[in-house]
Amino acid sequence: MHEISLTVNGHHERATVPASMTLLELVRERLHLTGTKEGCGIGECGACTVLLDGLPVTACLVLAVEADGCDIRTIEGEAHSGKLSVLQLAFIDAGAVQCGFCTPGMIMSARALLERTPDPSDDEIVEAIAGNLCRCTGYEAILAAIRLAAERLQGRESYEADRVLVEGDEASLAKEGGGR
Amino acid sequence: MTAELRYVGKSVSRDDAVDKVTGAARYTHDLALPGMLHAAVLTSPHASAKIVKIDSSAAAEKPGVRAILTGDGLCYRLGLYMQDKCILARDVVRYQGEPVVAVAADTLDTAREACRLVEVEYEPLDPILDPRDALEENSPLVHPDLHTYEHMKGVFFPRAHSNVAHHQKVRKGDFDDAFASAAVKLKAEFYNPPVQHVPMETHAAIAQVLPGDRAEIWTSSQSPYTVRHLMSVAFGLPHASLRVHVPYVGGGFGGKAGLHLEPLAYVLSKATDGRPVKIVATREEEFNTLPSRQGLHSAVEIGADKNGGIVALKATYIWDAGAYADYGVNIGRAAAYAGAGPYVVPNCWIDSFVVYTNKIFGTAYRGFGHLEVLWGIERAIDRMARKLDMNPVEFRRMNLLREGEITITGEPFTSGHGSPVECLDAVAKAVEWGTPSEPPSEPYRVRGKGIAMLHKAPAMPTYTSCAAVIKLDEDGAADVLVSGVDYGQGTYTVLKQIAAEELKIPIDKVHVTWECDTAFSPYDWQTVASRFAYMGGNAVIEAAADCLQQIRDVAAQAFDVTPTEIVCEDSAAFVTGAPDRRIPYPQLALGYTFENGNSIGGPIIGHGRYIATGLTHLDPQTGQGLPAQYWTYGAHAVEVEVDTQTGEIEILNIVTAIDAGKVLNPKLCIGQVVGGVVQGLGSALWEGFRFDKNGRFLNPAFVDYKIPTAKDIPRRTEQILIENPQPDGPYGARGIAEHPMISVPSAIGNALFDALGVEFNTLPLDYERILLRIREKSEGA
Repeated sequence: MHEISLTVNGHHERATVPASMTLLELVRERLHLTGTKEGCGIGECGACTVLLDGLPVTACLVLAVEADGCDIRTIEGEAHSGKLSVLQLAFIDAGAVQCGFCTPGMIMSARALLERTPDPSDDEIVEAIAGNLCRCTGYEAILAAIRLAAERLQGRESYEADRVLVEGDEASLAKEGGGR
Repeated sequence: MTAELRYVGKSVSRDDAVDKVTGAARYTHDLALPGMLHAAVLTSPHASAKIVKIDSSAAAEKPGVRAILTGDGLCYRLGLYMQDKCILARDVVRYQGEPVVAVAADTLDTAREACRLVEVEYEPLDPILDPRDALEENSPLVHPDLHTYEHMKGVFFPRAHSNVAHHQKVRKGDFDDAFASAAVKLKAEFYNPPVQHVPMETHAAIAQVLPGDRAEIWTSSQSPYTVRHLMSVAFGLPHASLRVHVPYVGGGFGGKAGLHLEPLAYVLSKATDGRPVKIVATREEEFNTLPSRQGLHSAVEIGADKNGGIVALKATYIWDAGAYADYGVNIGRAAAYAGAGPYVVPNCWIDSFVVYTNKIFGTAYRGFGHLEVLWGIERAIDRMARKLDMNPVEFRRMNLLREGEITITGEPFTSGHGSPVECLDAVAKAVEWGTPSEPPSEPYRVRGKGIAMLHKAPAMPTYTSCAAVIKLDEDGAADVLVSGVDYGQGTYTVLKQIAAEELKIPIDKVHVTWECDTAFSPYDWQTVASRFAYMGGNAVIEAAADCLQQIRDVAAQAFDVTPTEIVCEDSAAFVTGAPDRRIPYPQLALGYTFENGNSIGGPIIGHGRYIATGLTHLDPQTGQGLPAQYWTYGAHAVEVEVDTQTGEIEILNIVTAIDAGKVLNPKLCIGQVVGGVVQGLGSALWEGFRFDKNGRFLNPAFVDYKIPTAKDIPRRTEQILIENPQPDGPYGARGIAEHPMISVPSAIGNALFDALGVEFNTLPLDYERILLRIREKSEGA
């Protein structure tokens, strides 16, 4: 057993975990953050994507002990104070959600992209979610959603602000490697 | 209905989207109950073997193990159409991946480790792997007791002492005579491999047996009531003793219809004195333990007169049902009555054999056999056009079903069927059919265009029915209860639009209850066959009308007028011509109270229902009859570019036209079409099970079984939604969910011929197959 401490969606967490426990098991079973999904358990589908120190990782391939001292963000940290983020809103508006099982992982991959590359090209968007499998949508609407979120964050596309966000969210997205 | 629509036909955002983008949506995967145990299964390493001995003594001693079950103690045969499957293998295993032993333990790791400690002694047998061999007179039998199995009588005809689970015939006119005298003839053979649905949420179920022979089930299923019914039949329990919950479901595509892991979770809970037991398929089990789409061998013969009119068509469909054919039999049936494509065929002969083999078993998969048969038919139609020296679009247009014609099962084609011709013409125009492609950038790359038709009707029992209940709340809002499942299609959002439209209330005042629960949600057969928006929509319209009638009755009493004098509009009831004499819904929802305190009415609860109408069983000898509640027609046109040095194919453009009758929600409808097209692309270009010579499944993981990723989508797609109304559809709508996937491979196969001059008869059209065929052609030349 190993003592670890980490930050998850801004909250400090301590846990005693076996060496074999994955970050996915820690998040879902210990912290009860079940928004992060398991689609394959072997790093092939992307459903369990979370951000580890700002970088997207498949949580099923990361050991909980590897996350010791790290900053983890999951889909539950995406909305703030009951307000949806720009990305979440864009996924809804673009019709990028069907069964929804890949959606949390998709949004986390998209968030990592927009934090590093606020104005991504189409190829960069495709590349960012190439490891996230979706069986329902055919991806077009997901790519459109990420493009829409980028447009809105760049101020080139307006949206109903009252449905959105806390102050500072745009700033954190625009910040290179932000969110820490 | 002629008045302007406020919600129906509008791109309303999904009702469930907020839950899904925030991680709040709870799936069966996410559920846990106090005291819950976790189950794992040990599966067969052999495609066919006798089970000689099972020694689970070492596993039983492992701390934390609560129950170990083998097939021996479980004398249940399960199935919807054909009861041919046990919960765990008994005496023999019939496919590699079949569950043999199940363990329930305190943790999943313990259950899995215990499975590894179980020793099973097998006596391997020669597996039957090719359904064509299994049809031979002297073939060994996958199910020697087939003649004893219960099945849906009068619809399916298993052949005793053979591997044929069902033989569907269609006979119309005199094929032999017409083919013999045809001016132009074509014979061709085709093959589709089995493929997997790949829902992102693998199958999962939790069962808890309760005192008094009751049980609760939570399951990732398309079929709450069918799960309840089939378990009730299998275990001899009253229906009401079983309560089935279906929370959010992470994709289904047909693979979660019927019964899957629920019975196993139930018997494990029973074996542990009622502890809740959860079983979740691993991704590998999703591939090789849970069912797939069946493989298909097709042989097609077409005869035409010299002007290009089809005079005769014969098709032999040999389905690779795998080890069990519960759903396979109905796919064999549906694919036969749809097995000549959407064409006028005066002389038709179809045999569809559903044949047991020692492979993973088949089940419903989006398209329900139609993608498979239309792979052959639509490729053959293209080849026939060339034999006739005709433009493939012109040849199709000449032979497509239209008003006044009769289908191959004797159904008159009416204007209410929609228009296959409009679909064809729309996609042909969109890809500038007849105009050559722009030249590709490199000399070793070539381009081509292809076109294909599609059609499908819901394949369901003649008595399929469903219901809806609408309850009004204190604030005048409406709760809609149904038990069809929205596992991603968006049907609940569409039902919400319909309810708001009919009840004359704002759409945000309508709530569709997301968790289905057989204790509260009214009956629906199951969520399959692209029939939920159509049947559920009609049921919601009737339930809303029932609510309005109740509202009018109470308002009429309140104003001392007749109910026909009451009009409902803008969340209120008022007297015709006297808008000031009005009562808002909140004052009627639970009953109306006069100023003196007297009260009338009571809670408004409306009920609506819908049942398939006018369907008949098909004649066993001729297949004649009325199998279809409605047909949906469509077409795809594609433009492809092929690298002749590598075989790499790129889809430049795919245009899809579907006659939806009425588009209830354009955003969701287009989402279904794009998603279906890309899923069809998977079947066309990459997907297919591979087996070794012993019947072992070689590619049960995403690394070896590739589904489309974001990098694989077409450069451009276009959706054309045509609206020739369905007379009995809600607002004129017909189902469209499965259809976009059908005939995507056919259109690409036809485009590949246009580009390369090479005939492809076998799926998938992966780079390797394309390159090998290009080389064969150049070597031949």
